Amino acid sequence: MTDAPGANGAEPLLAVEGLHVAFHGPDGAVEVLNGVDFALARGEVLCLLGESGSGKSVTLRTILRLHNPKRTRVSGAVRFAGQDVLGLGERAMSQLRGGDIALIFQEPATAFDPVYSVGRQIVETIRRHKSVSEAAAWARAVELFQRVQIPSPERRLRAYPHELSGGMRQRAMIALALSCNPSLLLADEPTTALDATVQIQILLLLRRLQQEYGLSVIFVSHDIGVATEIADRIAVMYAGRIVEMGPVREVIRAPLHPYTQGLLGSTVRKGMRARRLNAIPGAPPNLAALPPGCSFAPRCPHAEPRCTAAVPEPIAPAPGQLVRCIRAPLA
Amino acid sequence: MSGAPASGAAVPLLAVEGLKKHFPILGGLLRRPVAWVQAVDGIDFAVAPGETLGVVGESGCGKSTTARLLMHLVAPDAGTVRFGGRAINAPGGIGLSELRRQMQMVFQDSYASLNPRLTVADTIASAPAGHGMKRADAQRLAHDLLARVGLEPALFLRRYPHELSGGQRQRVNIARALALSPRLLILDEAVSALDKSVEAQVLNLLLDLKDDLGLTYIFISHDLNVVQFISDRVMVMYLGRVVEIGPVEAIYAEPAHPYTRALLDSMPAMDPDRRTTEPPLSGDPPNPINPPSGCRFRTRCTFAEAVCTAREPALDTVAGAKFAGHHAACHMARAGSGHSKAPAPGAGGDSANPVTAGARP
Repeated sequence: MTDAPGANGAEPLLAVEGLHVAFHGPDGAVEVLNGVDFALARGEVLCLLGESGSGKSVTLRTILRLHNPKRTRVSGAVRFAGQDVLGLGERAMSQLRGGDIALIFQEPATAFDPVYSVGRQIVETIRRHKSVSEAAAWARAVELFQRVQIPSPERRLRAYPHELSGGMRQRAMIALALSCNPSLLLADEPTTALDATVQIQILLLLRRLQQEYGLSVIFVSHDIGVATEIADRIAVMYAGRIVEMGPVREVIRAPLHPYTQGLLGSTVRKGMRARRLNAIPGAPPNLAALPPGCSFAPRCPHAEPRCTAAVPEPIAPAPGQLVRCIRAPLA
Repeated sequence: MSGAPASGAAVPLLAVEGLKKHFPILGGLLRRPVAWVQAVDGIDFAVAPGETLGVVGESGCGKSTTARLLMHLVAPDAGTVRFGGRAINAPGGIGLSELRRQMQMVFQDSYASLNPRLTVADTIASAPAGHGMKRADAQRLAHDLLARVGLEPALFLRRYPHELSGGQRQRVNIARALALSPRLLILDEAVSALDKSVEAQVLNLLLDLKDDLGLTYIFISHDLNVVQFISDRVMVMYLGRVVEIGPVEAIYAEPAHPYTRALLDSMPAMDPDRRTTEPPLSGDPPNPINPPSGCRFRTRCTFAEAVCTAREPALDTVAGAKFAGHHAACHMARAGSGHSKAPAPGAGGDSANPVTAGARP
């Protein structure tokens, strides 16, 4: 992994610009993404960190265009390896999904069809994207299971999803995701449902595979500890916007946005004992009726009239860092 | 809050002995048991009045079954539970209705635990009304309790569960649990589903309620940082057994069981310069249907020797423990057990703890 932020130097692998997403529901439109911008370099791990409703999973799913187009309004741009993803035809899009861009989820049970063995599903995926023989695809599946450290891979490939333990299923899903040599891996809380001793195994495995394959990764998480273990950069999301972005050390040690500061203050850490936490008051805003200006202002201890006048523009306090707060120091 | 163990002079509020629950797996044409899930397999512990006992362990360790057994939501196969010195459901003991007035539970799923057709006011007032309180008094109690858990009564009394956020619903669940003035609250992953900023608010509320109302908590969680934050003592479970129990300082600073150590080492470091490099354990927790013989942890333990397969270690005082009331079920923690890393019989308190010494073979 590299410490270099994705935005500078060489052409980024992925660029998301001014992304807005709204879902149409029975009660009108809900604005779930309100202008998301970021770039991802080749071989970089970016963690989208945020609470429920912050837009982190929607961002991932929009990159793969997984939302129902009839009920979703998308504007902005997603550029992947020079292609305009939002403008691609359905055929090109389905080649991209599971091919150059792979996705892993929190719940591996939903990634596999319960009535086929995991091996058959991996073979099918490989042959859908590459014209190789059944035997060659099977050999590749065995190799992949070895790469994700599944013991006795031949036997495990013949197993049905329910016959694998939770950690094993998550490894099998990672193998499935890697089967077509993606350059970008999208990971949506892949360790959240796992036990602590298994979670750390999967995080270390992902970190190793990322380095071996030189993968770019967008890792979505609500857990600061997990983000700290895996990310080169962290983008903190709130109410459909990135409110702070920077190298992992800076964001964890010297957070600039009051929301990031509040999130870190709310997180119980090792060694803390029975003293009141610096909790953020209130709850995240209703996305169907966002407050004017900075969405965090109603909960912010430093809010002033300027905060509600307009959405704060992103400020770069240092190269590679970004914060949307009027109080942030300018470079 | 005191870190003193329950074995002090006072009568423990809750004393559990030999608690056991095996669930059958039915199979075959006649739906007969073909195997048993050893969910809770003979556990002993006590909770002193006013203390918080944290319970940690991974899926299948039996922590949630233990909570349900204490509440008698499922009947135990064996064992005794005494509340305030009185046996539960025994002649001259404490009846279930009285027990559930004294002991209440808050669950992880804040939505599933509420009746969607009842307003917040009726949800909180239903238990006291059921125990004979006048309707007007019960409604006034609901009003006061709602204010107590930090929800503005005028805004929330008439609302339905679907009109509340997760954090607000969990506050309502806590208010309802408090409606019968219980002495003991079992919190089963009660903050686990909440966002961090809301979790912090609810943890603050739990600290305040405990101080103000003199409550006793059993706090079940998979989050070791939160357990350390709130607990006086901690009990670590693995495959239906207690593997270690002791004051929170002992468990976190001087873990005597290799499983406790592995759990602590599995926590993300929260420091980008001190990332974890090797997973502390490999594989998943084994299935509680056919647990390993001897020590149940031996199949994942780096210190396992012949004695670990041959004999199951008893939950016993840790040899050379620096903290009173520190017990572990590990052959390495017991002098003369036959394990090569066990202290010699009669060795003093200065023998090195093989688990915290970091001596991985």
